[in-house]
Amino acid sequence: MASSARPESGTPAWNDPQAVPYVSIERVTKRFGDFVAVNDVSLKIYQRELFCLLGGSGCGKTTLLRMLAGFEEPSSGRILIDGVDMAGIPPYERPVNMMFQSYALFPHMTVEQNVAFGLKQDRIAKAEILERVADMLELVKLSQFARRKPHQLSGGQRQRVALARSLVKRPKLLLLDEPLGALDKKLREHTQFELVNLQEKLGVTFVVVTHDQEEAMTLSTRIGVMNQGEIIQVGTPKDIYEYPNSKFVAEFIGNVNMFQGRMIEDLPDRVRIESAEMGGIVYVDHGVSSAPDATLWAAIRPEKIQISIERPEQGDNVTHGVVKEIAYMGDMSVYLVQLDSGKMVRVTQPNVYRHADDLVTWDQPVYLHWHPSSPVVLGE
Amino acid sequence: MTALKAQAPHGQRHSAGAQLILRFLQQFPPYRWTQARLLRWGVRGRTAVVAVPYFWLLLFFLVPFVIVLKIAFSETQIASPPYQPLLQWAGENMLQIKLNLGNFMFLVQDNLYWQAYLNSIKVAAISTLLCLLLGYPLAYAIARASSTWRNILLMMVILPFWTSFLLRVYAWIGILKNNGLINNFLMWLGVIDQPIVMLQTDFAIYVGIVYSYLPFMILPLYANLEKMDLTLLEAAADLGCRPLRTFLTVTLPLSMPGIVAGSMLVFIPAVGEFVIPALLGGPDSLMIGRVLWTEFFNNRDWPVASAVAIALLLLLVIPIVLLQRAQAKGAHR
Repeated sequence: MASSARPESGTPAWNDPQAVPYVSIERVTKRFGDFVAVNDVSLKIYQRELFCLLGGSGCGKTTLLRMLAGFEEPSSGRILIDGVDMAGIPPYERPVNMMFQSYALFPHMTVEQNVAFGLKQDRIAKAEILERVADMLELVKLSQFARRKPHQLSGGQRQRVALARSLVKRPKLLLLDEPLGALDKKLREHTQFELVNLQEKLGVTFVVVTHDQEEAMTLSTRIGVMNQGEIIQVGTPKDIYEYPNSKFVAEFIGNVNMFQGRMIEDLPDRVRIESAEMGGIVYVDHGVSSAPDATLWAAIRPEKIQISIERPEQGDNVTHGVVKEIAYMGDMSVYLVQLDSGKMVRVTQPNVYRHADDLVTWDQPVYLHWHPSSPVVLGE
Repeated sequence: MTALKAQAPHGQRHSAGAQLILRFLQQFPPYRWTQARLLRWGVRGRTAVVAVPYFWLLLFFLVPFVIVLKIAFSETQIASPPYQPLLQWAGENMLQIKLNLGNFMFLVQDNLYWQAYLNSIKVAAISTLLCLLLGYPLAYAIARASSTWRNILLMMVILPFWTSFLLRVYAWIGILKNNGLINNFLMWLGVIDQPIVMLQTDFAIYVGIVYSYLPFMILPLYANLEKMDLTLLEAAADLGCRPLRTFLTVTLPLSMPGIVAGSMLVFIPAVGEFVIPALLGGPDSLMIGRVLWTEFFNNRDWPVASAVAIALLLLLVIPIVLLQRAQAKGAHR
């Protein structure tokens, strides 16, 4: 799950207090009757970013995107794009284009006519329209399909037509609603990288809505994790994965083992948590801010846990259990280990050597241990 | 095709319920006997089922048509039936076929028929256009209404069918006549002091046809507009297209199959319409349906009346073929 978006040189815009956001969403709420679809969301998205809104179905991510496009008006709060308040501005006057989840290609028009549609609305000279459409089709490698109707294309080709149609007007901001949702796995992986390359080449700001965390990790410069209409955490893929700010985010992105516990030592540079579930002490080599005596969770990613048959020398961050399941995945193996407390722990180990997994077998007692920098301490 | 189907095991082709009925039926000797006999003739159950509507059409459509065609080519005579037979024994083993083309020549030569045909087409075309102009917004509104309203509105479109067509046309006489509903109301308001003559004019014919055939325009248009993907409209707006232009460039072209179907359903019966011009139109309103009636019942000239009917049929077959071609094109899309 490596982010393919290349880090820009210098400070990224979101860490630079001087930077002017391209899109700013200020305390936006959207209600449909009694239902609150988007609840008091504030976001700043900067030029050339590839920002992903990530969340389960019904979390409000699509509603937020539709408010950017102008299909919905916020119930309260405001949206600024390039410094202009978008209140009351209809979709056809916004400097924004959208790629729809269903692609929404016009079935009665050829690929060429679909792509040219947006340009025709701007009364651009015919010769220029032809040129720009041809360039765009070249870019998405569909030149030989220009005269086909959408129903004569495969899913992947339709996706590229939709992309070409939304990019041909050279918008500063492109909104993508589940852009890869309808593609099969192989094609999706391939298209992910194409999308990132295209975005870097054209310098467009992308806002992508997705429910697929892997897709979000691959594509984005930053991710906004949403749940029940609220933004839970905003950060780079690495931030979100390594430093989740809540149980929800930790569990939503990737796999994680959670040990419930109680703080027994709280110092600015280290923390000790006693956990009955884990059957020992979790030692963390960085400080955490928390209320005293609060119930805490230590979250540890499966790949950060080591398996050994001998008891390791360290005193803390060690626990004991029995291997219940082994799943051999080729590049790595997944072990489900039942601790003495009864809790199941997921551990993944890369298969560096061909017969690495021969040592650990079913029903074998093993020790699990990890580095003090690995756990993340989370509140309620 | 049949051979391939026959290879499929019986159990896979029928649902559980159908199998139960089949097993029940197979206990009766007559069923097995009929099935076996039909199979010996090479007739499978499927073929038999498909044959029923074909047989129906053959008996009640094609046979009468052939009779009318036959009469159209015969000569009139004062007798019962009022035409001469087509086939005659001329003695000495001679079977004489007498084809009289005079009836059709008569249609071409006499201006009355030409004018009646042209006038019928004109009236039907204008009525169709009026139905389209009225029906499209109605169908659009129904298709975009909330689901509860949609059912109520659709019901209101279909409701007139519960009353007899003839009664509904009669009712318009009461509305349109000189001391009818509209004139009385306008005179009561003081807008006019002389009644406006509406009944027995072309205006009344248009009112009658548009009123009677409007549902046939609305229903296919509604069916088409209702299944339209609304994200297409959003996509158009997103690409900078204003609502009116979106309607012209996206909604209208996509609803073309509905427009064609609705127009044909109005145009075809309107061309041959007899009841509405007879009841609402003036004595001089020349429409082919009335001409046909006059030839048949007043003049008792069956051969010419049949020729008029055949010519009318040919006139209507062309739009039907056009309709089918348009629909085939729509399905291909």
